[in-house]
Amino acid sequence: MAENKQVGRGAAIDIRSVSKVYGNFTALDNVSLGIRPGEFMTLLGPSGSGKTTTLNVVAGFTEITGGNLEVGGSSVVGIPAHKRNIGVVFQHYALFPHMTVGRNVAYPLALRKVPSAEREKRVKQALEMVKMSDFAHRYPSELSGGQQQRVALARAIVFDPPLLLMDEPLGALDKKLREWLQLEIKRIHRELGTTFVYVTHDQEEALVLSDRIAVFNRGRIEQVGTGRELYDEPQTLFVARFIGDSTVLRGQANSDGTSTAISIAGETVTMDKRLPGNGAPVLLLRPEKLALRRRGNGQGESGLNRLSGTVTEAIYLGSGSKYEVRLKDGSTAIVRSPLGEQSFDIGEAVEVTFAGADAKLLADDSTADQTLT
Amino acid sequence: MTSSPLVETDPGRVIARPEPAAKRTRKPLGPWLLVMPALVLLVAVLGYPLVSVTMRSFAEPDWGLQNYTWFFGTPVNLIVLQRTFAISAWVTLVCVICAYPYAFVMTAVGPKVRLVLVLCVLVPFWVSGVVRTLSWVILLQDSGVINTMLRGAGLSPVRLIRTQTGVVIGMAQVLLPFMILPLYSVMRGIDLRLVQAARSLGARPSKAFFSVYLPLSLPGVYAGAVIVFILALGFYITPALLGGPRSTMLSTLVQNQVLSLLQWGRGGAMGVVLLVSTFILLALAAPLMRQRYKQAGSR
Repeated sequence: MAENKQVGRGAAIDIRSVSKVYGNFTALDNVSLGIRPGEFMTLLGPSGSGKTTTLNVVAGFTEITGGNLEVGGSSVVGIPAHKRNIGVVFQHYALFPHMTVGRNVAYPLALRKVPSAEREKRVKQALEMVKMSDFAHRYPSELSGGQQQRVALARAIVFDPPLLLMDEPLGALDKKLREWLQLEIKRIHRELGTTFVYVTHDQEEALVLSDRIAVFNRGRIEQVGTGRELYDEPQTLFVARFIGDSTVLRGQANSDGTSTAISIAGETVTMDKRLPGNGAPVLLLRPEKLALRRRGNGQGESGLNRLSGTVTEAIYLGSGSKYEVRLKDGSTAIVRSPLGEQSFDIGEAVEVTFAGADAKLLADDSTADQTLT
Repeated sequence: MTSSPLVETDPGRVIARPEPAAKRTRKPLGPWLLVMPALVLLVAVLGYPLVSVTMRSFAEPDWGLQNYTWFFGTPVNLIVLQRTFAISAWVTLVCVICAYPYAFVMTAVGPKVRLVLVLCVLVPFWVSGVVRTLSWVILLQDSGVINTMLRGAGLSPVRLIRTQTGVVIGMAQVLLPFMILPLYSVMRGIDLRLVQAARSLGARPSKAFFSVYLPLSLPGVYAGAVIVFILALGFYITPALLGGPRSTMLSTLVQNQVLSLLQWGRGGAMGVVLLVSTFILLALAAPLMRQRYKQAGSR
């Protein structure tokens, strides 16, 4: 299939102020998102956050109640699913059980009245691309979950759609298979140049696959960005908690305009940052920005903030160690220390240290905690 | 035996090897005891009479094939046999046409409406067959409800009672549940997301139905059709009350031979002919059904 395709033939998507309301439940609340041609965009969020609704809206399975939606430069509002020419891969494979693998993949071509010689050739190419050529005469029930999903992928790309939607396609598979298929999907995306929109609730999967990630929460998009942007520069507490581990601290904040001091259970930390907005801020720290040292062990580096606590969990990870430390105010700090550093035992009295520059100040958002399990 | 070893088969697939089955002791008698009451009943009320009737068809009044020679040598018997199959086929067709959309709606509505729909199907079971058929007489007769309404609307009345049409209507109504229930149970198992998938691949709604939903529902159609057809072949009360001499079915002839003429041998021969032709028909339909089940029963 590679010879008659060039990278960059994907469709752009423009989701503009789209809303979807069911009775008095708002599934999508004024969602706007631009996706570039050929981009791998992941919609990430917990269940019920609106990511699958967004996908269904683009696929044409769900009618929007407000806003506009353009695919490839023209509005598709009101156009039924079968006229949109968009490939969709479902979590539950949705292979037709009464057709062989070959007939499943040929189905969209037969609908498009592709001549049978051409049809055979393209089915063969699509099955080669997903490495399922030997299975054309099997029925879906004779395949494993991973094999079925590869066939479903072949069926969704065989008619060369400019846009491919995937709704948690690996959700029903075990971890090892999932990781292998992630790389396969990445390869296929590279080879096709089609725009991919991928829905998942698994942040690791999103980081592995995506060019950019849109984080959904309660029918809204919290932030759109590359994995690195979302990890290093989260705009909201929800994003910070959803992507990667983080330590979240709350306390009494005082700001003089350029720097901020926060008092947490009697200990004060300072940083040269301004308060976000008016409300009480939260202090966010990624695990690798934190370090541990024994308490009462002289004065370490100057200029570091210190919080005292007790080690409650010590996990050896091979590439390093991960510690959970209970601080004086009862909150838990997550610390990752690289290989070769001093090790600590559970119950040990320690100090957690960090540089003020590594801390993030974000507006507090109590829903961020509730949404996570 | 405490842990099941993991076997690496191909990259990305780890399969737990099944543990060897626990040591077999004596074969338990439990299952046999549980099926015994039903088996005894079947042998007593089905097996014994069946054998007896078959024997009599060869043995009465004398040993030999005389009853079969008589059956196939009497044109009226062959006409009635053929008519029995024709009426049963019509009834099956009417049942499929009425039951298919009904069963589909049952899968699509909420639990409360579904309960009402199921009750509507089952109510006929709670009314005795004679009462039900007599109410059809009231509806269908020349001065009955239907024709009164037709005349009231300025249309010419239709002759329904003592015609094959009347018999087919009455029988289809009685047999409809036997079509709806198997259809419903198959349709309930069809994943409607498959239809959505077909739509995303470019299928119009009607195309998605005919290429995906209909083939997947065919096992239910076949199951219901076989039950309805076989039950229809042996129908007695409805054709006797709603039909006329031109819609006599084989059971009526059997009854006539056995009860009126005391020709047990001839009655038996008719029964055997009906049974054997049913088996032949089933054998012809079997490969078709087996294939459909293999494909669609795999989800």
